[in-house]
Parts: sequence; structure tokens; C-alpha cells
Amino acid sequence: MSPEAAASAGMEQARVNEEARNVVEAEGLKAWYITQAYGVERTVKAVDDLTLSIREGEIYGIAGESGCGKSTLLKALLGEIVSPLTIVGGKVEYEFDAGKIDALKQTAEDREAIRWRRVSYIPQGSMHVLNPVRRIRDTFHDFIAAHQETTREKSIEMARSYLQELGLREGVLGNYPHQLSGGMRQRVTIALATILTPRLIFADEPTTALDVVVQRGVIELLKEVQQRENSTLVLVTHDMGVHANLTNRVAVLYAGNLVEEADTSTIFRRPRHPYTRYLIESLPRMGDRSERVGIPGRPPALDNPPDGCRFHPRCPLATDICRQEVPPLLPVEGIGNGTGPPHRVACFHQVDAPLEAGEIEHATEMPHAD
Amino acid sequence: MQTDREHSLLSVESLQRVFVTREGFTTTRLEAVAGASFAIRNDQPEIYTLAGESGSGKTTLARLVLGLEHATSGNMYYKGRDVLHLTNKERRDWFLKEVQPIFQDPFATFSPLKRIDSYLYETTRNYKMATTREGIDAHVDEALHAVGLSLAEIRGRYPNELSGGQAQRVSVARALLTRPSLLVADEPVSMLDASLRMSIVNLFRSLRDDYKVSVLYITHDLTTAYYAADRIAIMLRGWVVESGPVEKVLGEPLHPYTQNLKNAIPEADPEKTWEGDASLAVMDTEEYTRTGCRYAGRCPAVMDICKTTVPRDIEVQGRSVKCFLYDEEVPEAERMQAMANGGLVA
Repeated sequence: MSPEAAASAGMEQARVNEEARNVVEAEGLKAWYITQAYGVERTVKAVDDLTLSIREGEIYGIAGESGCGKSTLLKALLGEIVSPLTIVGGKVEYEFDAGKIDALKQTAEDREAIRWRRVSYIPQGSMHVLNPVRRIRDTFHDFIAAHQETTREKSIEMARSYLQELGLREGVLGNYPHQLSGGMRQRVTIALATILTPRLIFADEPTTALDVVVQRGVIELLKEVQQRENSTLVLVTHDMGVHANLTNRVAVLYAGNLVEEADTSTIFRRPRHPYTRYLIESLPRMGDRSERVGIPGRPPALDNPPDGCRFHPRCPLATDICRQEVPPLLPVEGIGNGTGPPHRVACFHQVDAPLEAGEIEHATEMPHAD
Repeated sequence: MQTDREHSLLSVESLQRVFVTREGFTTTRLEAVAGASFAIRNDQPEIYTLAGESGSGKTTLARLVLGLEHATSGNMYYKGRDVLHLTNKERRDWFLKEVQPIFQDPFATFSPLKRIDSYLYETTRNYKMATTREGIDAHVDEALHAVGLSLAEIRGRYPNELSGGQAQRVSVARALLTRPSLLVADEPVSMLDASLRMSIVNLFRSLRDDYKVSVLYITHDLTTAYYAADRIAIMLRGWVVESGPVEKVLGEPLHPYTQNLKNAIPEADPEKTWEGDASLAVMDTEEYTRTGCRYAGRCPAVMDICKTTVPRDIEVQGRSVKCFLYDEEVPEAERMQAMANGGLVA
């Protein structure tokens, strides 16, 4: 695709979101793990000074390597703060019709009131969450009855019509979880988590460790669920293929920082941060067997991250300023028409070139990507 | 088949494994591997991939190859020798040196309470690869160098001190200690994220090219399979439904199931979104007990014969396909009609 086409696709995306308001806003969010063992305090800055906003009705992807803070960010956005995770600074707000809700200052009752009905969560490995000794229909009834007035007949009818709408076989209601395949269990769990029509859905690695066919079924179901009520879906996964197929916008995390955020086509076609460029380039593609190298070096330990830009030890473009100063996350000038969400990058040496043409110069000595 | 044995590193012939479960008076037979055949070549090292959905029998087949599972019927030859009927001594002194496993989760492979280098020392001593202290150190260091690590880096470290990619490299190094000709890697990358996946898959490529080690690479990740493998066998519910060079099988898949798999790959390209429908099994076991073709329940191009008769392996366009759509004994008009119904590429 030409850069012009990429830009126009970006603009189209912007137009879709023009009227939309922000559903989630995080500002200066710092979520650290603070542990004390034998008098030694250890601080892991898993999410450090992160600002983002998620618009209503969009599918927002959060990408990055393992250990870059993706899941911690999701916990913070959900307001699920359990020690040793500590919110050191910043705020997270939801905005629904009823006004703004501070996600980090909710009481247990507040959280209970919005959980599943307004804010829903699909956990990692969610195919194992179904009660093995109850039939699927009983699980649905338990779930619905815990959140609203219902009778057994009403809730089973509700489950049946919802499964039908999503194109799942309603016969599964009579089965026990062990009788279903892993992919079917995963999809039943997604149906369960979204039956009360939440406005905001968080999904943590919903497809990891699933094989391709099942993965596709799960992704298509998530898309279906999102489109049905035009709800907002926040999707955390390290699988860039899933981001390419599902999301409207992608945020790339590196070592607890947001390094780049743009609409999906820009992230894949014209990323500006060297890390994002490495991430996209290292992906194997069907029909191309030429050698691809992983990202050199490894992500830093977050209890003692490097000074300046946290990517500088692995970056081929790094200079002195990168070692001393933290690059601010700034909108790229001259892109978009000012109405859509901007393309934001945190880098002193942004690369302004489409990916095919402007390959990063690889360092001569390639350390292994561990 | 008889001649293949001599020219193959590993020759698997109609291997079958049946699991029988009894509940009260009812007996259920589950044919986890149903007459699977494939061969890894001997003249040059290759990466051979076994791919398929979860529950397709890939892991059972790998365990059969490693001798961790007993075959119900069928034959298996390694360098021309029957390896299903080895004595314990032959197994230990020869076969296990030649064929070494790598498992899925490196953190489950190594005990968190043991230093990771102790596994390397133990394997070296158990297989008597070196006897003196210096000799053992040198041997271990050499294996670690092959995977891009060194003894100095990992000496005395515990598994939790290593990253997932490093721990998986150590488990490859451990497998290399006995100087094997074949590594059996069962889902070695499914626990790792994309960039680490590439580093392990690149390692297999370098082992093949620089150390002349063949790899039986078991995965459901078709993009890395396409990237690394020379040949591939697609498994469905215990059958090998399509096998051949990876450019042919994944490049222009013929079997409707392979086409379904290929269509389901999420390509890292926002322009290439999915076409058609993904067809999924509702229950894992129902397809194992189906008469006729095991894919008939999901196949878009299903014909009447598929529901009653088991298809045979057909050699067509440089690969082997287990499907009636390519069987010339079925009238051509009928096959063309079925392909058109299913919207498949002929």
C-alpha cells in the first residue's frame, strides 16, 4: 500500500471516531510492584508514567514483548489493584452515560455494581474458568442471577438466545465443560462475560496457546460481540497477527512505557519508533522464507531500567541524548486532520519512511534475541 | 516403503495408537494416531514439521517416535533399524543418543530448585560423552556455543534467573549433548512471544545448516512452520491428511482442511483480512469416531462417499493428499461439483 493510501485509511479511521468520546482515560499512570523481603525493598516499575485514552466503540490493542507491562497495565485500567501492585501516581477514569467513574478509587461495592454490566473482563486461559461440575446452562444461570433479578427459566432463555445470536450451537447449554473442545469452552466463556451487554470489555491474551483455527473462531466472536452493541474492546496480546486482524488502534509498550500509538494500518505500514519497526519486521510472513532476525538483546529488568530511553541499549539509532533523557510521547505533526486520535511516538530519532523501503540498519554483530 | 527405509533417517509406517477407556461396562476406543506414515530423509538434514489443531494427535505421534508411548500397530525404522522392538540396552546406548527431545515449556522441563547447568552435566555423564572434569566442561560449553550461549553465562544459575528464550536454548543445548542426528521438538515456541519464537526457529535453521541435525518440529504455528520447515505433514484427528514440501502444502494447499488452516492464519498485515468461514469442531472426540473421512462433518466440499468410506492417500501435484476430491476413482464431474459447492480452489 502506498503511504498516501495508508494516510487516507488512517483518516477514515479518524472519521469513524470523530464523534466518539473517550471511555477510558489514563493520565500519568504509575503502577509499580513494591515488595519487601528481609528488609530489602524492591521496586519493579511495570507501568511507568503512561497516558492514554480509549474512544467509545473502538478496538484498542496493547502490544509488546513478554514482561513489558501489558498485563499490569490492564490490571490498572480495570482497577484490580492487589498488593504488591501499587498505584504510585496518576489516575484512570471511565466515562459512561452516568458520568465519570474513578477506576482506582472504587470501593468493592462500586466495582460490583459496574462489573460485567458495564465493564467486563476476559482473563488469560479463560477456557479453564468454567465450573467443571455444573452444566453450561447452570453456570449461565448462576452468573446472571448474581447480577440481576431473574428466574432459572428466564436466564436460560436469555443464554439460549444470546448463543444463537452469536452463532454458537445452543446444544452446548446441556453439556459439561469437559465435553466441549478447548475452543468451544473459550467461546462459551466469552459469551458468559458479555451476556450482560457491557460497554467496555477488557481481554487479556484471549487467543494465546490456541491453535489457528480456534484462534480465528475466538477473534471473530470477539468482533461480533463488539459490533453488536458498539462496545469498546481493549485487547492485550503479543500476537501482532491478531492486532492486524482485529484492532482499530494499537499501543506499543516497551519496558513499562508507551513508545508508540497509532491506527493499526500506520503501525504496520509506517511505524516511526525503531522498536515498533523491529517488532513488525521480525514477523514471519506466509510466502516469504527469507531470513528474519529477532530484535537484538533483551528487554531490561524493570527493577533497574536503563536511564534515558529504555530502548537505547538495543537501538541501532541511539545517540547520547537517548542515554540521558527520556523521550516524551508526542503527537506526530502534520498527520491527520486534527480530529482523530493523533499518532504518538516517544523517540528522538523517529524514522519517517514506509516499512518496505526503509529497513533499519542492523548492527553488524547480532546478539541473540533473548 | 521397503526401499524408503534404507534411505530415511526416520521412517514411520502406518503407525497406530489406540487409547481405550472403560467406564463401567462401556468401552471407548480412541484412535489418537491412525495409520500415520511419513519419512525424514537421510541424505541431508531437514526440518520436518507436524502441524494441526490441538487434539490432532501431533503430540502422541511425537511421543511414539521418542518411545514414550507404545504403538498399537505399525512400524518405525531409524537408520534402517526397527526401533519399536529395541532391547533396553540398545535403546539407552544407541537410540536415545541419536534422538533427543525438546519440550514445550522450558520452565516445566527444568526443576526450579536445581541449578540449570546440573542437567547438562548429568546428561553428559549419563551418556558417557566425556569422563574427566575438564572434558565434561568442554563438552557442555561446546553444546551451549551451538545455541549461542556459553558455560560462563549460565554456570550456577537457576531456571528462574533465565528468560524464556534462554531457558529454551539451554534445553536445546541439553538435547545436543549426545550429538543426536534428530531432535524431536514438541511445540517448542508456543510459550514464547513472537520475537523469541523467531530466535528459536532461527536456531533450528542454524542447527540444520551448520551442525547437520534434523528436527521434527511439532507446532500449530503455521507461519513459523512455513518459515523454517523443508517438508510438512498436516495432521487431522490422528491422520496425516496432506504431506509434502512446505511451499506446496502451505503455498497451494489441496486438502480442504489444510485450506481451512491456511485461511485461519492471522497475517500480520491489516490489508489481508480473513475470507470465508472458519469451521471448528464442537467436541474433540466426535471426529475420532466418525466413519468415513474424519473431516466430513466440517468439510465444505463433502460428497456422499466421504461419509461412508475412508479416503486413501493420493499422490498429486508433488504431495500426498488423503481426500476423495483428488481420487480419480470418483467421477470427475462429481468432484468438480463438490469443489464448486465448497468454494475451494481446484
